[in-house]
Amino acid sequence: MPVSFCGLELEHPVINASGTFDAIAAERAFGAALHQRFPFSAYVSKTVTLKPRQGNPPPRLWETAAGLINSIGLPNKGLAGYLSQDLPKLARLPVPLIVNVMGFSREEVGELVMAFSERSEVAALELNVSCPNVETGMLMGADPGEITALLGHVRPLTSKPLIVKLTPNASDVPAVARAAEAAGADAVSLINTLRGMAVDPVTGRPWLGAGTGGVSGPAVRAVALAQVQAVSVAVDVPVVGMGGVQRGRDALDLLLAGATLVAVGTESFRDPAAGGRVAGELAHLRPPMVAAGAGE
Amino acid sequence: MNSRVLAPFGRRATRITRRDTHGPYVVLSCHDPAGPLPAAGQFYMLAARERWGGGDGERPFLPRAFSVLDAEPHPQGVHLRFLFDDVGPGTHRLCELEVGEELLLVGPLGNGFAPPRDGRRPLLVGGGVGIAPLVIWQRALNFEATALLGFRDRAHAPGASLLPRAAVATDDGSVGHAGLVTELLEAELDRDGDAEVYACGPPAMLEAVRVMCAQRELPGQLALESGMACGFGACFGCVVPTRDGYVRLCVDGPVLEAAVLEAVGLEAVASCR
Repeated sequence: MPVSFCGLELEHPVINASGTFDAIAAERAFGAALHQRFPFSAYVSKTVTLKPRQGNPPPRLWETAAGLINSIGLPNKGLAGYLSQDLPKLARLPVPLIVNVMGFSREEVGELVMAFSERSEVAALELNVSCPNVETGMLMGADPGEITALLGHVRPLTSKPLIVKLTPNASDVPAVARAAEAAGADAVSLINTLRGMAVDPVTGRPWLGAGTGGVSGPAVRAVALAQVQAVSVAVDVPVVGMGGVQRGRDALDLLLAGATLVAVGTESFRDPAAGGRVAGELAHLRPPMVAAGAGE
Repeated sequence: MNSRVLAPFGRRATRITRRDTHGPYVVLSCHDPAGPLPAAGQFYMLAARERWGGGDGERPFLPRAFSVLDAEPHPQGVHLRFLFDDVGPGTHRLCELEVGEELLLVGPLGNGFAPPRDGRRPLLVGGGVGIAPLVIWQRALNFEATALLGFRDRAHAPGASLLPRAAVATDDGSVGHAGLVTELLEAELDRDGDAEVYACGPPAMLEAVRVMCAQRELPGQLALESGMACGFGACFGCVVPTRDGYVRLCVDGPVLEAAVLEAVGLEAVASCR
């Protein structure tokens, strides 16, 4: 079930959500088998920032009903480390590479975009404007004016496809998506995690080292579906839909809601090969004959 | 330096072939037709095929990380054994599994133990359910290593039967030495200090072992535990602080050199049980 997305010809519509699959670490665990059975039709790398980041203090995870809350804090080697250590390895993956970047200012995002714009190994860029774990992540993605200004700065810096990853923690997500489209985004992706919190059963204080974190997994699937549909109606650019996808059926729902691609995130934690399984199941599913809600 | 056997890619199904109890501990044996023989100290991410979810707080959802207790070759694949203590919704469900039911797993994962350096004698130190990786390591060492095990009380002490000829300490003094297993370790090191220490157990025990290794300038290998969503480096949830910053326990551990740790953290692991 090949699909075209921002000029990329992909084998199937299932990719990974940024930050939920480290292909370099996975190769250490699974060896060459990972490349032979690579589960995604494009690979989205974990967020890269200008400077290296250690990430948030542990504990970083809390299991919820049908999901989890994470407060990882975007640990990464920084731009220089990524270019020298990670990019050569990721360029060997059997699928196109989409690099996810985040800056703490428009200028920082611009620097990152420019640096990757020159790299032939990179097929597209995804702008993380939505990570709820980092203070400034909220700002750029929650407001249409901020998105307009950000894209106004970075769009002229690259001819590579720009995907804006939207936060669900905004009052009017379709309005942010429209602003991104109007300012030149080639696609939007959603949802990122929903802000959540857990209480330490022993101390009564927030469990996560950073206080709050992002909720993901099947627990957020219905929210994701509604937001993907609302955004798909609002924009003409392609939409990457994600949130709690576990089965082909969940992926089909997002496609029916208007998504062009579907990303698997948390389910990869439970089964590293989940993306490939979802794509396989999806290929054998047929859209329902009757639109949802009609008849019966 | 540590040993690592690669895992087949993806989650696979195994079947429970045997269920034993040792006091409150449950040992499940399963037949893994597609799996390799793991290295001692490696771990697997485990989940029950049926009813994984719907327990306390509608959990579990994520798989749970367990060091392999023991492994044997089989004409097809391997036989694996795992040790469980029912302390949370995930371990509770795993403890319920019966012969014939399916256990889903990913593994073997992580770094295992490395052989002792410079002809040192291996000393195994375990606490509670943390004795698991020492059982397979003891086999790899031809059952020649001295093993020291600590348990809470008489009810938990039957766990010692998994490691033949081990010296036992109990917190309440009901079995073996009355006190901490690290007191047994101290006596052993006083007797013959030319040792390399292998330890797995609760954080406080590991921290005591780490301090003892540092004071005596002895090499130590500690098998640590941390809340973990994936087990293969994807989630970045299981980091522990080291002298070189945070490392992911799943891909850089779970066995770490004692010397790389400034302290064994006391972070609770309640969310991964």
